[in-house]
Amino acid sequence: MLKDAAAIVGIAESPFAKRLEASEAELACQVIVAACRDAGIDPGAIDGMASFTLEGADEVEIARSVGAGDVRFFSRVPYGGGAAAGCVGQLAMAIATGACRVGVAWRARKRGSGGRPWAGAVQPGVPECWTRPFGLLRPVDEIAMLTRRYMHEYGATREHLANVALAARAHANRNPRALMHAKPLTREAYRAARWISEPLCLFDNCLETDGALACVLVPAERARDCPAPPVLVHAFAQGLPRQHQTMVNYFNDDPLEGPGWACARALYGASDLGPGDVDVAQLYDAFTPLVLLSLEAYGFCGRGEAGPFSEDGALERGGRLPVNTSGGSLSEAYVHGFNLLNEGVRQLRGTSCSQVAGARTCLVTSAEGVPTSALLLRRGER
Amino acid sequence: MSDGPLLPPPEASHAGFWEGARRGELRMPRCTACTRRWFPPRPLCPHCREAEWSWVPVSGRGTLWSFVIAHPPLLPWYAARAPYNVIVVALAEDPTLRLVGNLVRPLQGAGGGLEPVPAGEIEIGSPVRVVFEPLSETVHLPRWVPA
Repeated sequence: MLKDAAAIVGIAESPFAKRLEASEAELACQVIVAACRDAGIDPGAIDGMASFTLEGADEVEIARSVGAGDVRFFSRVPYGGGAAAGCVGQLAMAIATGACRVGVAWRARKRGSGGRPWAGAVQPGVPECWTRPFGLLRPVDEIAMLTRRYMHEYGATREHLANVALAARAHANRNPRALMHAKPLTREAYRAARWISEPLCLFDNCLETDGALACVLVPAERARDCPAPPVLVHAFAQGLPRQHQTMVNYFNDDPLEGPGWACARALYGASDLGPGDVDVAQLYDAFTPLVLLSLEAYGFCGRGEAGPFSEDGALERGGRLPVNTSGGSLSEAYVHGFNLLNEGVRQLRGTSCSQVAGARTCLVTSAEGVPTSALLLRRGER
Repeated sequence: MSDGPLLPPPEASHAGFWEGARRGELRMPRCTACTRRWFPPRPLCPHCREAEWSWVPVSGRGTLWSFVIAHPPLLPWYAARAPYNVIVVALAEDPTLRLVGNLVRPLQGAGGGLEPVPAGEIEIGSPVRVVFEPLSETVHLPRWVPA
């Protein structure tokens, strides 16, 4: 059984910046070693590795550099923003089955200084040829299309999207690591922002960041010996729903029921906990509407109700469901959502800059709109 | 970086679509065995898993399902035309069959040609009809006009 068998016992991250000098491989090594230090574990004990298919440096490079031991389990998870929870979940499964005992997951990315992936396009492949030639070029265009339809069907407004952006910014303003730590955002500034892809404006988009993060997992019984309070992987699921089309989920019966719905069904099905037990949530937020869709997918409100749910500061510290308490991808750093994971761990350790008092359970999701993954994390006993 | 529009790749299994476009026909994959349609094209019929299918014309009519207005930064050819609309059309034959395209209208005055419909005049649910705009000898891109 996966349930509560593995624990996250170490986390680490690089500084976040528009440009860092170190290479992605150097950053990856630095955060892996630092996460082991946080866990009180020598990197020579690492015998499990999981990362993104998009990761630049492979397992051999990383394992040699950090002086890992004999690695017995290694895996990669595809689909960019859909992968972070998947990396941790697959390590947790490997630990639960005895395939490894000290697993590291990481993501290192220079998206801030390394250029925009869509800008290098020369000729679209298949299936992008059905969308790109018409000018649907960027991830923001693809998600804006679903957002417009969502607003049309349910009466959601830009004010609801602003609720997501403002909550993230308020949390970032309390978090010294956040890129937007010193930059408050007002509702007036949101309303006045330039368009990127209508109905989405600048502040509906995540940041462009250089950064890296890692975490370390061990069997739950071993976690009691580690310095920090253990954070148990209570449940894990991935989701690739029927007739899904990555980023452009327009080609099926119900495009607004995205991968998060399939992932949530599997996640709660494997859990003792439900949405009502979640004290704080880290919901993938490359774009503000993904948070609204995820609130519905993971059962915090009914379908089409996320707009009203977001009102009255509901997503902020002290609200009914504090979301993305480090500032998330919108206002802390955009590293394919791995920072949401580390923030989930901090909440359950009690060390967040926007700490939810007594938080015992945290949901961490990866991207809505692509084949995705999610974790229910639980504070363990010492 | 490309200076022109992004054109579809030479993909053998799509040839029937572009052949239809050059003749002014919008075609969709249809299963030879169960006669159901799907899009985008894939090797098997997702309904009955048969591998035999062909590109069969549809009416070219539909309704506007959603739209965006793209603003820079964009690739150069697209940036020169921004802000521009991109739409999704639900086909009349089966509203769960959808295509991405652009909403255009005939240019005012003589000479023909097409111009984009401005943002303020685009409405979800409005009826549209396919037209084809030659971008090269082989690629006639489907666009949509108010019907």
